[in-house]
Amino acid sequence: MAVAQAKQDALAARLAGLSLPQGGWSAPARADAQARLASMGLPGKRDEYWRYTDPTTLTAAQPTPAALFDAGDETPLFDGIDRVRLVFVDGVFDPTQSDDPAAAGVEFLSAGADIHWAQGLYGVLEARGQTPVARPLAALNTAAATEGVLIHVTGRAARPINLIYLHKSESSDAILHHCVKLAPGAELTLLENGPAAARFNKVLEVEVADGARFHHIRAQGRDHERRAVTHIFARLGAGSLFKSFTLTANGVLTRNEAVLELTGDDAVAHVAGAAVGDGDFHHDDTVFVTHAAERCESRQVFKKVLKNGAVGVFQGKILVQPGAQKTDGYQISQSLLLDETSQFLAKPELEIYADDVKCSHGSTSGAIDETALYYLRSRGVPLRQAQSLLVLAFLAEAIGEIEDEAIAEDIRARLEAWLGRHGG
Amino acid sequence: MLEINNLHVKLEEDDKVILKGVNLTVEAGKVHAIMGPNGSGKSTLSYVLSGRDGYEVTDGSATLDGVELLEMEPEERAAAGLFLAFQYPVEIPGVGNMTFLRTAVNAQRKARGQEEMSAGEFLKVVREKAKALKIDAEMMKRPVNVGFSGGEKKRNEILQMAMLEPKMCILDETDSGLDVDAMKLVADGVNALRDAGRAFLVITHYQRLLDHIKPDVVHIMADGRIVKTGGPELALEVENNGYADILAEVL
Repeated sequence: MAVAQAKQDALAARLAGLSLPQGGWSAPARADAQARLASMGLPGKRDEYWRYTDPTTLTAAQPTPAALFDAGDETPLFDGIDRVRLVFVDGVFDPTQSDDPAAAGVEFLSAGADIHWAQGLYGVLEARGQTPVARPLAALNTAAATEGVLIHVTGRAARPINLIYLHKSESSDAILHHCVKLAPGAELTLLENGPAAARFNKVLEVEVADGARFHHIRAQGRDHERRAVTHIFARLGAGSLFKSFTLTANGVLTRNEAVLELTGDDAVAHVAGAAVGDGDFHHDDTVFVTHAAERCESRQVFKKVLKNGAVGVFQGKILVQPGAQKTDGYQISQSLLLDETSQFLAKPELEIYADDVKCSHGSTSGAIDETALYYLRSRGVPLRQAQSLLVLAFLAEAIGEIEDEAIAEDIRARLEAWLGRHGG
Repeated sequence: MLEINNLHVKLEEDDKVILKGVNLTVEAGKVHAIMGPNGSGKSTLSYVLSGRDGYEVTDGSATLDGVELLEMEPEERAAAGLFLAFQYPVEIPGVGNMTFLRTAVNAQRKARGQEEMSAGEFLKVVREKAKALKIDAEMMKRPVNVGFSGGEKKRNEILQMAMLEPKMCILDETDSGLDVDAMKLVADGVNALRDAGRAFLVITHYQRLLDHIKPDVVHIMADGRIVKTGGPELALEVENNGYADILAEVL
């Protein structure tokens, strides 16, 4: 299919601003990605998949500068958790601020080698995820990523790995691509936090082999003006588990895509998000879950709290392929609109080609429950505190998707701090 | 303790006048009961006193120990010592009962300039009070009133009252939906709180509750006013003859 001239021009301009890595084991995958990209073009606002989110600033040749957020003397997220810290500053790995990656079995995309295990993963799941819906910004990432971690877990990882993304330059444009491969029965918790850059394009590819377990918790940083487009591509083997939770507080534009494929029987995939936005905030969760095996369970739990004109988007799909019997699919997307100016746009979709499945979905928008608010206040809880309690209660189902209680508590504390700053 | 003078209230939405000049004085250490037919304004009185939205006070005043209540936010009234046990306790999914109670207790202490209760001390006190009301640990962990039976909800209200130690307690049809045993439990909980420094206003349809919580004074409310006041015998008269005779006499 011919790509419109305007899209070609936009793509050429975008690529001209990048210095594409050359050579090494990832070269064929990058070349393939570039070919995919050429056939798709960059997304435009008339594309159906970008109907609710304008991709212009994500595809522009240059990033829009973003002011840095001063967290003051606030304790860094996940600080109380024994973890391996790997710090990226504006998308560049900083060994001086990091723990020893080699000791934790972490390798880097930039490491020069002609042959690497990650060849079987880098760009592979991304390419699979391009149908039935094109995801050009993920292909761009595969072609142009300058850095990323490669983690091959063969047992139970002793400590979580924490990727910390610092944003220090107002005009940074970071492209990171991570690959995680869990061997049969392996287990890993991956933590990610921080804004990363003025504009951040990140892909995470995760291969979860039979019986393996992957936990992913991230917080996207509170820099008001940052922009981010992220993709998670995961493929799940039999009896495996994948759980991903994302906290988004602030950020002028965020598009988080998750493309999950349950290919082995009895696999479990949960993806959840809590987003809180005040003012110039546009947050888009786009999820595509494919059930391709029997007796698998998937859950999508997305909650958004919006005020002062903030916009939330949810596009979620469950595709049940022929033969994927006894599928248990669940999808809920809800927004709490704290005023009349905020907006929530939801497009839940089910596409089912098996006859013995259980799939449910729901989507709601609502205001804070005035009766509950009055009840709390009648017990002496001040208005703002009562509102915060109810907002946290609204988000509880999403936060409940985090299995580790200490991590969940950290996320809750971060939300409380945000609510404290943003008046309930 | 509680002084209500010539209180006139209408619904904000449709201009409907509900209270048409309520006069009532409740002294410290006393239990007053209000009875009255449906629609007489009993629940409205309790909501207006506790500060619920949707009502407009067009005339009159209500003071607690001389301080005007009607100007205050609901949380300020609570901190001043007013407590309403709801006829229909509100379910709050996602907020744990224990978290809720502790937040409320500490918010009130803070408002009064007292130190917050430590987690350990709070737990000790709440366990003891919950036990007396036969509220088990499981109920404390659950979200506020979610999945509670009618009786459990009402006992939970009394537990909140016991923890918050208000000086003016209003009980709005706390007996509705309770079986005999549950009513006894709730009444015991209330009686345990009776104290020279504390007053109660018990709104009820039935004499039953008043067998367990013995009132000092009984008021009959009709058409937005207190139309008759008497001793405990007045409640018995209502129980035996209904409201018709009393209303015919006063209206």
